[in-house]
Amino acid sequence: MYRILLFLYRIRAFLLFVLLETIAIWLIVSNNSQQGSVFFNSSNRISAGILDTQTDIIDYFSLSSVNKALVEKNAELLAELEQYRKPADSIYFSLDSALEASYQFKGAKVINNSINLSQNYLTINKGSRHGIREGMGVFNEEGVVGRVKGVTKNFATVISLLHTELLVSSKISSSEVFGSIKWDGVDPKIAKMLYVPRHVQVQVGDKVVTSGYNAVFPEGIPIGIVLEVKPGPETNYLDITVELSTDFTKISYVYLVENNLAEELENLNLEN
Amino acid sequence: MNSSKIFLLAGSFLLYFLVQVLMFKNMVIFGVAFCFLYVLYILLLPVEMKTIPMMLIAFILGLGVDMFYDTMGMHIFSLVAIAFVRNFWLGILTPTGGYDENLQPSMLNMGLGWFVTYSLPLFFLHHLLFFYIDSLGTNLFFPVVQKIVASTIFVFVMSIIVQLLFYRRRRGI
Repeated sequence: MYRILLFLYRIRAFLLFVLLETIAIWLIVSNNSQQGSVFFNSSNRISAGILDTQTDIIDYFSLSSVNKALVEKNAELLAELEQYRKPADSIYFSLDSALEASYQFKGAKVINNSINLSQNYLTINKGSRHGIREGMGVFNEEGVVGRVKGVTKNFATVISLLHTELLVSSKISSSEVFGSIKWDGVDPKIAKMLYVPRHVQVQVGDKVVTSGYNAVFPEGIPIGIVLEVKPGPETNYLDITVELSTDFTKISYVYLVENNLAEELENLNLEN
Repeated sequence: MNSSKIFLLAGSFLLYFLVQVLMFKNMVIFGVAFCFLYVLYILLLPVEMKTIPMMLIAFILGLGVDMFYDTMGMHIFSLVAIAFVRNFWLGILTPTGGYDENLQPSMLNMGLGWFVTYSLPLFFLHHLLFFYIDSLGTNLFFPVVQKIVASTIFVFVMSIIVQLLFYRRRRGI
């Protein structure tokens, strides 16, 4: 018995090594789930507080480009608003609840972002106190950014579209063909569109937008443009390369969207 | 180890950590060369530092860096491995006559040639582990190798520059 203890004492450094590495592996695995578990990431109070202060300072350098993007978005929205203005010579009826707005939008500032690893995350400065919830869709004026992973009181982490395990339900806007956008981990400007069958005609330059099927994003938020179409290695599907419209290197403000009817939609899907 | 020494070690711990997460985090050259300079802190701990306290320091440092990188566990894993291996490696590289008392195994104390053989394999091991874990689940080979090699060289060059600028000979910081 004494010998065993002596032996264990002699290899204590190795035992500690194994213990610490096991903890590390456990952390890696538990962090890999798509949602939840935000004890140890950049949205906790200390690290997010530091990052928030840092962005407050750095923000001044990107003000002009942010302003430019906002002006463009404003112009686009004004043009759209023109269609809804009532002409004076018509009578309008109010619509019923079936056509009520089912999406809610919120804005947030990005305080932390990475693009070069194969699983990238963003941190934003809004949390459960501001009504952010897990699973909300995130986009900016250019296109889709990602999806909320975990929420603390004042901050939230977002799975970036540049995450090799995030799939976004999408469609090619001209032909209404559905597929899934997935990043392959190489270039932050390029992603793949999966599950598009071979018989479909896809043209280079076609727009890819969100499909609105998975109740995360409303229909029609831009994702990118088809860059290349090849017959894929699997016999049934095309190998489509998409150039992402969002420039992930300079994201500073994002919008979050929540589908008010998401719960109802999910329940319906479960019942069937 | 006197108290001023411990104070210096703690101060440089904080400095390495903050510089890493606030500055070097956003400094990735061509999307492949990462600057994980905090590894240098573990490499430059005094020679007589025991493996167990060093692994605990590495664990805490890795945890802090992981929080900001949102890569929970990956930096811990690779940095603890480095801390475990370091003393063996130092033992193998012992110069004739052994190490001086209270020596910091830096380039200025030991010479450039010795520092290359000491730090380059350890940097390489750290980056190998880190980027291998990062690439699990994808079937990429070439981009990962590219990242490992580019980052190792970049961190090595940075570590030499930092030592020339901020360290002094024969005085453990």
